[in-house]
Formats: sequence, C-alpha cells, structure tokens
Amino acid sequence: MITLLIDGKQVEVKEGTTILEAARQAEIYIPTLCDDPRLEPYGACRLCLVQVKGMPRLVTACTTPVAEGMEVQTSNEQIERIRKTIVELLLSDHPNDCMVCEKAGDCTLQELAYFYNLRENRFLGERRQYAQRDNNPFIERDMEKCVLCGKCVRVCEEVQAVAAIDIAYRGFNAKVTPPFEKDLNCEFCGQCISVCPTGALIGKLSIGRGRQKDIQKVDTICPYCGCGCNITLHVSRNEIIRVSSSPDNINEGWLCVKGRFGFKFVNSPDRLKKPLIKKNGKFEEVSWDEALDYVASKFREIKDRYGPDAIGGLSSARCTNEENYLFQKFIRATIGTNNVDHCARY
Amino acid sequence: MQKEVVIKICMGTGGIAAGGKEVMQAFIEELKQQGIDATVEKHCSVHQVGCRGFCARDVLVDVIMNGEKTTYQFIKPDMVPRIVEEHIVGGVVVDEWAVKEDYHAFHEKQVKVVLADCGEIDPESIDSYIERGGYEALKRVLSEMSPEEVIKVIKDSGLRGRGGAGFPTGLKWEFARQKNSDTKYIICNADEGDPGAFMDRSIIEGNPHSVIEGMVIGAYAIGAKTGYVYIRAEYPLAVERLKIALAQAKEKKFLGENILGKDFSFEIKIKLGAGAFVCGEETALIASIEGRRGMPRAKPPFPVEKGLWGKPTVINNVETLANVPYIIRNGASWFAQYGTEKSKGTKVFALTGKVKNTGLIEVPMGISLREIIYDIGGGIEGDRRLKAVQTGGPSGGCIPESMIDISVDYESLQKVGSIVGSGGMVVMDETDCMVNIARYFLEFTQTESCGKCVPCRIGTKRLLEILTRITDGRGRPGDIDLLLILSEDIKAGSLCGLGQTAPNPVLSTIKYFRDEYEAHIHDKRCPAGVCKNLLTYTILEEFCKGCTMCARVCPAGAIVGEKKKPHRIVQEICIKCGACFETCKFKAIRKG
Repeated sequence: MITLLIDGKQVEVKEGTTILEAARQAEIYIPTLCDDPRLEPYGACRLCLVQVKGMPRLVTACTTPVAEGMEVQTSNEQIERIRKTIVELLLSDHPNDCMVCEKAGDCTLQELAYFYNLRENRFLGERRQYAQRDNNPFIERDMEKCVLCGKCVRVCEEVQAVAAIDIAYRGFNAKVTPPFEKDLNCEFCGQCISVCPTGALIGKLSIGRGRQKDIQKVDTICPYCGCGCNITLHVSRNEIIRVSSSPDNINEGWLCVKGRFGFKFVNSPDRLKKPLIKKNGKFEEVSWDEALDYVASKFREIKDRYGPDAIGGLSSARCTNEENYLFQKFIRATIGTNNVDHCARY
Repeated sequence: MQKEVVIKICMGTGGIAAGGKEVMQAFIEELKQQGIDATVEKHCSVHQVGCRGFCARDVLVDVIMNGEKTTYQFIKPDMVPRIVEEHIVGGVVVDEWAVKEDYHAFHEKQVKVVLADCGEIDPESIDSYIERGGYEALKRVLSEMSPEEVIKVIKDSGLRGRGGAGFPTGLKWEFARQKNSDTKYIICNADEGDPGAFMDRSIIEGNPHSVIEGMVIGAYAIGAKTGYVYIRAEYPLAVERLKIALAQAKEKKFLGENILGKDFSFEIKIKLGAGAFVCGEETALIASIEGRRGMPRAKPPFPVEKGLWGKPTVINNVETLANVPYIIRNGASWFAQYGTEKSKGTKVFALTGKVKNTGLIEVPMGISLREIIYDIGGGIEGDRRLKAVQTGGPSGGCIPESMIDISVDYESLQKVGSIVGSGGMVVMDETDCMVNIARYFLEFTQTESCGKCVPCRIGTKRLLEILTRITDGRGRPGDIDLLLILSEDIKAGSLCGLGQTAPNPVLSTIKYFRDEYEAHIHDKRCPAGVCKNLLTYTILEEFCKGCTMCARVCPAGAIVGEKKKPHRIVQEICIKCGACFETCKFKAIRKG
C-alpha cells in the first residue's frame, strides 16, 4: 500500500493507482472529461491537472501513478484558471444549443460550464461546422459537439475490439470518423454513445422523445440472452425511449446492439399480450389458465397415445440458466423423455 | 607527369535543386571530349559530395589539382567547358567564378565536427567514409570497450540531445542500459520538421554512415538488437542514401549478424514518416512506428522505461548520433574542449533570413549571436538594421538586437525565452513585423497540432485568430493581455512539447516588441510596413519627378498625375501591392 497526501488528507491506496483514482477513493473531486476508469488513461482534456510537490510542471491526475509520500494539490489559482480556460475554449468551439440538445441535463460539458459560471466567452472564433449527416440506423453523430475526449474511439478498440472509428485530420480540424468519412457501418453496440460526455453521440431512437428530467428509470435484466446484463429502461410518457446500463453493475455497463437498441418490440402493435387458441379456424384470445390447461391436455394425449418419446423439448438461449434448468427438468421428469435440447448447441 | 585532378560537386538536395546533376554530367562529358577520358579516372575523377552548408551559393564545385583546391560558386552547366579548358587543361584558375573572401569568412569561425566529412566524402561510397577514419570508432568499441565504458565516454563528453530538449545523451543511454529487458530498441529521430531546419537531412545526405555508426555504437551501449530510423518521406534523397549506406554497412559486417565477427548483432530498419510534425515528439513517433495515429501520450513512463512495443527505447536525434563516432575516435575531452560549461561540443544551425550568407553552419556552443550574424553570416542584407533573431523554430522565441551578445547554448537561450531547438536560426531586420512573425509560427503549430489535447487544439487556434486580427487591423484593446493569459495556460496545460512551446513566439515577441503590438492595435499601424491592411502608400510631392513609372506598374490603376508633375495615389483604389514602392527610383513613395 502507498500513502500519500491529497489536499492535506492522508490517503492509502494500492500501488499502481493513479492520482485520480486515489482522489476518488478519498472522495476528493477532480473534474474530467476524457477519463473513464474502464478505459486506458488518455490525458487529453487536461482538466485533471494537479500540482505534485517537487514536480516542475502540473501533471494530469489520470495518467500519473501515486508514489509514497507524494503531496498532491488538486486545486489552486493557476489550476482553476487553466480549467476555466479549457472549458471556455471547448465552449468557443461548440454549438451551445443546449435548449434543443438531447444531452441537456446529462452533459458533462454543460455541467462544467455551469460550475465555472461561463456566461461569456473570451475566445469566440471559428467553430467547426459539418453539413454531412451519418445515415446509419442507430447512432446520431454530431461531430460539432465532439470534445475529442477519445472515449468512443477507445471503447470501440479496447472493449469492443472493433475499431470502427478513429481520429482523422490535424489540429483544430481533428475529427472522430469512420474510415474515409463514410457512414458508420459497425456492429452498433452503442458503447460509444454510453461513454460520450456530450451530445456528440446520441441514440437515434430516443431523439425528440423526452427530456432527461422527465425520464423515469426502471432497472431490469436484459431479456435477450442468458448473460443477464443489468439494464436501465428510460421511460418517458409510458414508453421506453432508451436503454442504458450502469458501469458499477455485473456487466460493467457494457451492452450489445440487442440490449441497447432492441426495445421497440415492447410497444409494437403486433406484439401478443395474451395467449391465442384457434377455435373454428380463427385465433381467439383466451386466459392463461385456459391456454395452459389446453397445452397440458394435448401433451397428455400425445404421451398416452404414442408414448413420452414422441415429445421433444427445444429451449432457448434467451432464457436464463434457471429457466433452462427447469425446462429440462419438466421434459425429463414430467414428460418422461430425454428428448431435450437447446438452440445454442447448433 | 599526369596531373591529379578531383572534382567534387555539391549534391545535397540544395545542390541538386540548383542543377548539381546537370553540372556533374557536363563535367563528365566535357572531360571526355577534351580527351581526359576514363583511363585517367584514377587521376581525374568527378564525384558527388554532400552538403557543405553554403547552399545559397550552389552549385558549388571544388576542383582539386595536385592537392590544391579551388572552389567555384554559382556554377551552371554552360560554365563547365571554360573551367575544364582554362583550369584543368590550362592550369589557370577562372578567377571571376571562384569564391572570394566572403566564402572563406563564412567558414572561418565554424568548427566542423558532424559536418567535417559532409562535402568531402562521396555519401554513396562506404570506402570514402572509411578512408577518412569511418567505422574506426565502432572497431575500437567492439574490440576494446565495454558498454559501460562507451557510456562513460559519451557522458564525459557532455553530449546533449541535438533534437531540441538537450537531454544528456550518455545519461539516457545509461538509463536504458540499466533496464532489465531482453528486447531494447534504439531509434534515430530523423523526422526533422521545423520550418527552415535541414541539418538532419544534410547530415544523412552528406554522411549517412556517421549516423549508422553512431547508432550501432549506441545499440551496443544499451544492449539493443534492433534499431529504427524514423525519417520523413519528404526526404527522398536522404532515404535513398541511407538505404545504400545500410546495404554497404551490412556487406562490410558493420551491421547485421555478428558485427565484425563479434558476439553482437544489430539491424536497422527504416520507417518513413507521413509528414506529421508532431511525430518528431518521441511518444508520437513510437505510436507511429507501431502503426497507430501519431499522437503523444503522457510521460512518465518515459520511452526509456516503456517505449516501442512497451520495451525500453532510446530515441536520439540524427545530429546527436552523428557526433558519437567522432567523440569515440577523438575522445571525450577533445569534444568537451568546445562549448560552455553545460553545453559541450558544436551545434549545427540553419542560418536563414536577412543575413548575407545563408546556409548550414556548425559552430561551437557558446559562440555569440553577434559572431554568427556578422562574422559567419556576413551581416544584414542591404546593411539594414538587425531587429531580432528567432531561434528554435516554432517552439523557440525571438531574441532582440539588444541581446545579440548572448552566448548560444541551451541555458542562455532558455533564459531569454527562446531555445536552441533543432537549430533553426532566422535573422530579422527592420523590415520584419514581429506580430506577423508570431502569427506565421502559430499558423504552423496550429495546423501541426495533433488535436488530442484541448489547450493545443483550440488554444493555438484562438491565439492565431487573435494574432490575425491584430495584423489585419482589427485588434482590440485587451488583446495583448488575452494573448498573454492564453499563452501561459497553453504552456502549462498542454500534453506534449508541441503545445507547451507553441506560445513561445508570441510570448517572446510581446516581451521584447510590445510597442509593435500596441502600434497595430491602437494606432492601426504596422511599424515595419509588412501588414497589408495597415499600410498606406503615399507619394511625396517634393521628391516625385513625374516620371510615370509608378503609374505604369500599378496593377490597379490607382496612380494618377500628369507627366513631369507630382503624381498621387488614390487610396480607395490602391491594393497595397507595393509595386510602385519597388519601382520608384527617387524614393518618392512612402510606405507606412
């Protein structure tokens, strides 16, 4: 263990911990835009600059490992001045259309602008403007709002191992883009959206369907497979408009395309809400009791007439382990056959 | 008795651009015609040499007859027959084309270590290098010295990184030596990118083997088996000569498996840079070799701990490595005799701007700026007044005329807000606008920023915008303070050296030439008469003879007047091109 002083507070952390992680453990706030504890340190936004006693320059807390006896100052006049300049510079190259931005209320840049009370801007000048829209079905990419924190690029490479995007061009014109500025054509896991600190990356399905403050959040489990990812449904006006996942849960906040974007069926008019039984050549809605009794009677009929091996059971990867266990138990013990299998075997 | 004749033709990029290839061809053909044919090849050989520094006088040709050397300047192919006839056949030097006193003055105060063999040897011949003692150092290192002893010599010599930062080379090697790793790398940084700097290119073009020898010695010292030369693709001739040199070195067993029969193997690979200035920054360079986007990362860990592919890596600049064989050959104290207490040896500078003699110069550290400008550079063009010297390229600063007696070394330059850098040296006179100079350098750094960190990406853009509006005559009160604050924040806040030094041209020009900024902002006037929007040209009636020359050259038709009577410029039509000013023989046009 390593002991250091952060803002005069003694902190004990494991070796290899960064100053930023140590400060968080000690509940000392350091602003960041490009940090994500799940990704490799990047050191680009420069908001987490801190003073370490004995070091000639300010260092980024996110990239600097702690050392025994280190004395860290997370704020002073110079540091605050630089942080303010950085946020001001970012805002000078930002549409600042928070009134209509989907991210308003959940935007790190907006929060920083608020806390630094940036009503005016000393650095107004040219702003990046892009006419081109990305026509992919899921991810709205508004690169005018991008702060180049590189989180989307990193999550795509480090976590998803897809590397569908990277930074192109230089200097002020640097821009995150798919190869050759084409439309995004990836697996659409949407991890990039989940890490974006601003409104640069937004799920297309949720656009115009509810402000952050009106959203009711419902924690549940993803229904798509046995992984059991924890998800949070964002509900507005009694409809799911978005799915997110918290970084502190079992799947560390990562989801796939189905879990993140496959929620439209919930409100589909074609969705069956009650069982149907065909009577006189037409499907009729019936109660669950009637439907289950009907299925049970048919199973019994087949079993009596042809024996249990005339029946087989095929289970689904969308079921949980427990459900699959119960299913094979039912087929083996109740029906009395070993004809049971699972789609994941094929 | 047959005369011994050697003809050496400058064939660096500068020489070739000036027509070196054609001159060489003319010599070969002319000699053949005159009957001094191939049979006397031994006695009369024409060959190419690398850069000798005085590029402004290209094509430079040495004619050496029986050991006596005559240097000709500004040679064109059609001048060759006369040189051959009068000088080589007739034995009479063509005086009017030979270099004069000023050529020798250019070289007199220079001390050539890394450039000693450039311009003397044929860069495409390893034998030519060996004849002048090449690879002697490597032989000695491999047969007599332990890696630790090599490091000690380099440490004792006081050699510091010539790429700009000036880190002690021996110390860097020692750190790498001490790292416990089965794989280590040595990289030669030949991604020379400062505008106007071309010392690394000239060294590789003129004496590639010195760099290779330096690298092999470095590899032996730190324990590396593989090395890379990261070189700009924009240097095709240097790349070509390097490739030739690598093949030759391998053939002679100075490179490859079991070098000189010893238990030491080392190979060198060439990696071409794709033209990004930031890739000269070592962590960005490493990323680029690894196939990733050339973006710097935070240090520590330093490359010497975690470098290429995560292994301990030493990155040395071309000039640094080229010094190594000479230090080993002549000893640490020989090298340390040049320079100041903390900055030893020599440094190559690209002297350009408003001096009479421009070109590549090698001077001992500690020489004064005055000696460089007035003795080597021959003074200011047109004998105008010196205003400032910009050193260190876009990362450097401007040193005003009042400080011209400053010693040129790492510490002294840093103290006044500039740096040695990779060795750019631009001399400016009273016709240079300091705000415009700052704007020029910011334009460069701004486009070359990688865009990773905010202060550099957006901050330098805003600096440039403010500078542009000042030079356009739209400067606002408070702009100077805004420049100062933003500059300080960019310096302290940026990730890598590019951003950390980008504001230097702004800060140093404000420090020493604040009045020029104020004149632009408050008086809407450019004292040097450079910024177009702030210029007016007026005709001084008392001097105007009415010759009509100005009216005739004016592309906008803005000058009116009758013949032999004073003319007048219609300001609304004037496009401020300056054509009238250049044309007037009577100094009747005032600019300002």
